[in-house]
Amino acid sequence: MASPVEQFQIKTIGPNLHVAGMDISFTNSAAFMILATVVVGVFLTQSMSGRHLVPTRIQSMAELSYEFIANMVRENVGAEGRPYFSFIFSLFMFILVGNLLGMIPYSYTFTSQIIVTFAMAITIFVAITVIALVKHGLHFFTFFFPSGAPVYMAPLLIPIEILSYLSRPISLSVRLFANMMAGHTMMKVFGGFVVALGIFGIAPLLVLVALTGFEILVAVLQAYVFTILTCIYLYDAIHLH
Amino acid sequence: MELEAAKMIGAGLAVIALMGVGVGIGNIFSTLIASIARNPAARGEVFGIGILGFALTEAVALFALLIAFLILFT
Repeated sequence: MASPVEQFQIKTIGPNLHVAGMDISFTNSAAFMILATVVVGVFLTQSMSGRHLVPTRIQSMAELSYEFIANMVRENVGAEGRPYFSFIFSLFMFILVGNLLGMIPYSYTFTSQIIVTFAMAITIFVAITVIALVKHGLHFFTFFFPSGAPVYMAPLLIPIEILSYLSRPISLSVRLFANMMAGHTMMKVFGGFVVALGIFGIAPLLVLVALTGFEILVAVLQAYVFTILTCIYLYDAIHLH
Repeated sequence: MELEAAKMIGAGLAVIALMGVGVGIGNIFSTLIASIARNPAARGEVFGIGILGFALTEAVALFALLIAFLILFT
């Protein structure tokens, strides 16, 4: 029986490439990221190619996902969020398809690698800080002092606020990564029970079916949470408080 | 051998955080049900916020799990 964490192993596909001391070989993680991008691209272009006034089933799926994110941006960021819509939409689709591709047996979940989620989170964090600095200039630093708080609380509040601001990329990335990793490990552990118990393995198998449904829910939910938190951070950057 | 035992005890202690998470998730959903029961029209709005709160609370459980894994396997 393979170890439950073996599924997260990164394997190189094709030749090992090293440039300037860095390993840039093509891996299964990179392959699934490209696959996710291709799936999103093909899904959105092909479903909308008919441009029916009354949408077909697949076209309404594309329209639903578009409207879902458009509403999310409108409600959480406001009218100023419109320029960032395309970024948030691609972010949502990429994470969603990445999570769902991971649910296919024998495939690979690239969102279960902390480096992937952390790279996305730190990009968002830096970009949002730059947006806030460009928009508000030095006034941005008043963000670290909640308005209306008494001045003598400043030595206590400002470090807390700065710390909570700096921990945003960590919590954002760890949430997605830990959810994916824990879910897939748990499914593998239950899979091990099914094999080990023989005929009585039917009981953990039933749990596993329910668990698969739950994991698909988590996959969609975590994509949603990652995106909505990006929207909330963007709102903070644009409006300050 | 003592190090192994200490690691296992530490991993067990790390997941005590789940106590708070259990209370938190229960609280979120009980409040969500109560508010939908009082005002079913608000369901659409309240449900999204409830799910967001659930995901944020669940993340705490996963942080604890992560620490437990770090203690056990590193």
